[in-house]
Amino acid sequence: MNIAIIDYKSGNISSVINSFKAVCISKNIKIKIEVTSDLKKISNSDKVILPGQGSFKNCTESLQKIKGLKDTLNEFAIINKKPLLGICVGMQMFADFGFEEIETKGLGWIPGSVKKIDNKNNQYKLPHIGWNELLFASESKLFKNVKEKSHVYFVHSYKFMPNDERFISSKINYSEEIVASVEKDNLFGTQFHPEKSDTVGLKIIENFIEL
Amino acid sequence: MLKNRIIPCLDVKNGRVVKGINFVNLRDAGDPVEQAKIYSKSGADEICFLDITATNEKREIIYDVIKRTSENCFVPLTVGGGVKSLEDINKLLISGADKVSINTAAVNDKDLIKKSSKKFGSQCIVVAIDAKQKNDNWEIYTHGGRTETGIDAIDFAKKMEDNGAGELLITSMDRDGTQKGYDIKLISEIEKNVNIPIIASGGVGNLEHLFEGVKYGKASAILAASIFHYGKHSIKEAKQYLDSKGIPVRI
Repeated sequence: MNIAIIDYKSGNISSVINSFKAVCISKNIKIKIEVTSDLKKISNSDKVILPGQGSFKNCTESLQKIKGLKDTLNEFAIINKKPLLGICVGMQMFADFGFEEIETKGLGWIPGSVKKIDNKNNQYKLPHIGWNELLFASESKLFKNVKEKSHVYFVHSYKFMPNDERFISSKINYSEEIVASVEKDNLFGTQFHPEKSDTVGLKIIENFIEL
Repeated sequence: MLKNRIIPCLDVKNGRVVKGINFVNLRDAGDPVEQAKIYSKSGADEICFLDITATNEKREIIYDVIKRTSENCFVPLTVGGGVKSLEDINKLLISGADKVSINTAAVNDKDLIKKSSKKFGSQCIVVAIDAKQKNDNWEIYTHGGRTETGIDAIDFAKKMEDNGAGELLITSMDRDGTQKGYDIKLISEIEKNVNIPIIASGGVGNLEHLFEGVKYGKASAILAASIFHYGKHSIKEAKQYLDSKGIPVRI
């Protein structure tokens, strides 16, 4: 099996690479992990990881700077329906629109938008940084053998709001309810960072690898 | 609900762990990667390295320490010490750091925080403020506490928030190394004036001090060094203590 981690200059991906490698070593899983922006390699891979750090606007712009990448990802995830995991802004980009800095068009894979978390008149700090408890909203393959209320690591100020609740697989409580993960057929997304979420995060990565 | 974070900090010099008492008199407490692994297993919510290597030729060692730590620990890793430029930040992030803490250069280069938070995202930019009480206010110091700046700590904290810092790491120079507890007034004053998370640092001598940092300082995260290094308390004990006092922690 080949897993492609998309390198589109959207921030630091070394932790993502390290975590996938560590899971493969500890579970003795033989797969090839490639960090790439090569369209052919992406098309030929079995699974794709779409990381993303910084702003929605920067990430979507960086994605568009690589000619053909958006179409290749679309073909991979929507037409060929192969498993894709978006992490943090990588997940947020599944939305139709983002409202960070200015209104920006997303990939439009899961209808909805990305808006700033309500800090309730500065009663809550933003970014929402740290460990929060997962509250499951629907059954998810990513959370196989993961307990409800497990802690995972977040760092974000914006939230993904899918129009259709059915695609929300978990939420967390902060200043308001926030979507922690989404799942739609072969599309998986986490607002939190599984690569930084200790043993729980590694389990989630293992679940994705073993889909 | 969001949990308060406990962050053990390791001072690293020439690739080895040390902890200073009032920033001098360093003692050796081992290999940073091994220590980080122990902390991570014991429940540390993040790990912080402060690189205090003085000579330029030995500065490269930290990149290897970060690389090996990030291959073994899967909790966030913050690295600070001598960060001067976008290139320095980039090298630390590529090596495997998740966040970079910036102290002196945040004062000396007025655009660095703006530029770096734009380039790498606010999530990885921590501004470290070393403050010392002066009459009823606090003044910030740079160069590991050696250089007086005349800048007011609260004004500076607000400015750093505006410039895009994701978090502020507040160290009381008066308390650091004393084991007398955090400067709660300093921490809570800054907390009141900014809307980004505060990490309290400087002066932890016992578990109650950690409690005070959250309860009265209103810190989102609490950083400590020596109480964890010399086996006085484990992270796990600290978390159990905080939990028993009603502070939300990840257990």
